[in-house]
Amino acid sequence: MERLIEEIPNFFTIWNVIFLAKAMGVTFLLTAIGCLVGFSVGGLLAVFRKTKSYYLLPLRFLIIVYTEIFRRIPFLVSLLLFFYVFQIMRISDNLFLIATITVCVIATAYIGEIIRSGIESINQTQWDAAAAMNFTYYQTLKEIIFPQAWKVILPPAFGFFIMFIKDTALASQIGVMELTFAAKILNNKGFSPLLSFGTILILYFILSFPLDRFGKFMERKLASNRN
Amino acid sequence: MENLWRESLHQIEIKSANAFYEKLHVLKDIDLNIDKGEIVSLIGPSGSGKSSLLKMLVGLLIPKSGKVFLNKSLINFDNQSDLRNIREQIAIVFQQYNLFQNMNVLKNVCIAPTKIQKRNPKEVNEQALYLLEKVGLQDKLKSYPDELSGGQQQRVAIARALCLNPQILLLDEITSALDPELVKEVLDSIRLLASEGMTMLIVSHEMNFVKEVSSRVVFMDDGSIIEVNSPKNIFEKPKEKRTLDFVGKILKEK
Repeated sequence: MERLIEEIPNFFTIWNVIFLAKAMGVTFLLTAIGCLVGFSVGGLLAVFRKTKSYYLLPLRFLIIVYTEIFRRIPFLVSLLLFFYVFQIMRISDNLFLIATITVCVIATAYIGEIIRSGIESINQTQWDAAAAMNFTYYQTLKEIIFPQAWKVILPPAFGFFIMFIKDTALASQIGVMELTFAAKILNNKGFSPLLSFGTILILYFILSFPLDRFGKFMERKLASNRN
Repeated sequence: MENLWRESLHQIEIKSANAFYEKLHVLKDIDLNIDKGEIVSLIGPSGSGKSSLLKMLVGLLIPKSGKVFLNKSLINFDNQSDLRNIREQIAIVFQQYNLFQNMNVLKNVCIAPTKIQKRNPKEVNEQALYLLEKVGLQDKLKSYPDELSGGQQQRVAIARALCLNPQILLLDEITSALDPELVKEVLDSIRLLASEGMTMLIVSHEMNFVKEVSSRVVFMDDGSIIEVNSPKNIFEKPKEKRTLDFVGKILKEK
């Protein structure tokens, strides 16, 4: 404890604070980009996957293959896979770019699946009633299915987002300087692990807590049937 | 000559239609003509294909073989514009009402006429208010389906179907969820609609209702039409033994 108190002034120097803030920014960006891309592209995939059009059959098949593969590979494995593919094919050696792409690919597969099951949770009778009144597929989704499905989609989606903030720590494995990696470096510099990792624990909390509140807010706003 | 005259009145003609749910043969060689302004009732045990027949007429169940004509033109069920066309002319009230759970009563009635038929919202609103008043729900406009009783939801569904201004109305078991005092109101509205020339195809277990309103009664069993007869004859002297058994059983239960 004494050692901890002694270390604190040296730990929170301006350089270290900037260093941690940058790392926190990387964690935040990885999560935010992953979730935004995952939600929008995943939503589109879910919408296409549920169409009945014959023309989109190959697309639907690809979507199912993609979703099933990337939901089954551990995050770290896909991260390393992308890392080496990018290296071998000399596409890019920008670590942040590689991590972002991996994060988007994984998030899309997961969130697409959450949205698909949300759509499927709505009773067929709602589709029948809409079809009998000449609603198109997209009109039915917009006016009838999604307003009811948010209730089913949002809680697991935000649960996934919050889990995802923490999963981005794995990007440290390919050398992306995010929060966990930053703590490791500070620890290696001689600061006590309790201080280094304790600090990022608080920073992770600061990132995830507002997201959690935002999720609750969206649930209240969108998921009630009374909108 | 007489025959030709009658034929020209057929609004719906179904010729040896067969339909399946997966492998289940739910409609077997259905032949039925319905004239303009006629009220045809479908009776028969559960699972006899009554609801399937209604669903086929709005394209929710696609027939495997056979022909369906609406106002003399053959319907191609694989063609989207044909489907749109039949759904513009035929409205259905489902047995489970199928109200949109995320919309209040007024919105349920107004959404399709405004968004799909692109009619003037003010006009639609007026018509919706008129129809909802007619079914006695003027004080429930802002309620959501899950706040209503089955009978109330049923009446919203009827108003919703009528607000589409269909030529033909299909009603699936509409009296089953209604309170006795409302049955009369709904029956009166249906009679009024009939006098205005609306063609109706009604699935019902209410034999008194069937007897009273129908111009013809169709008895179905196991996916086939067994007998088509006048309401008087079908209850008093049916041609087929299966009809007699069914009607006898139903009347005995009363």
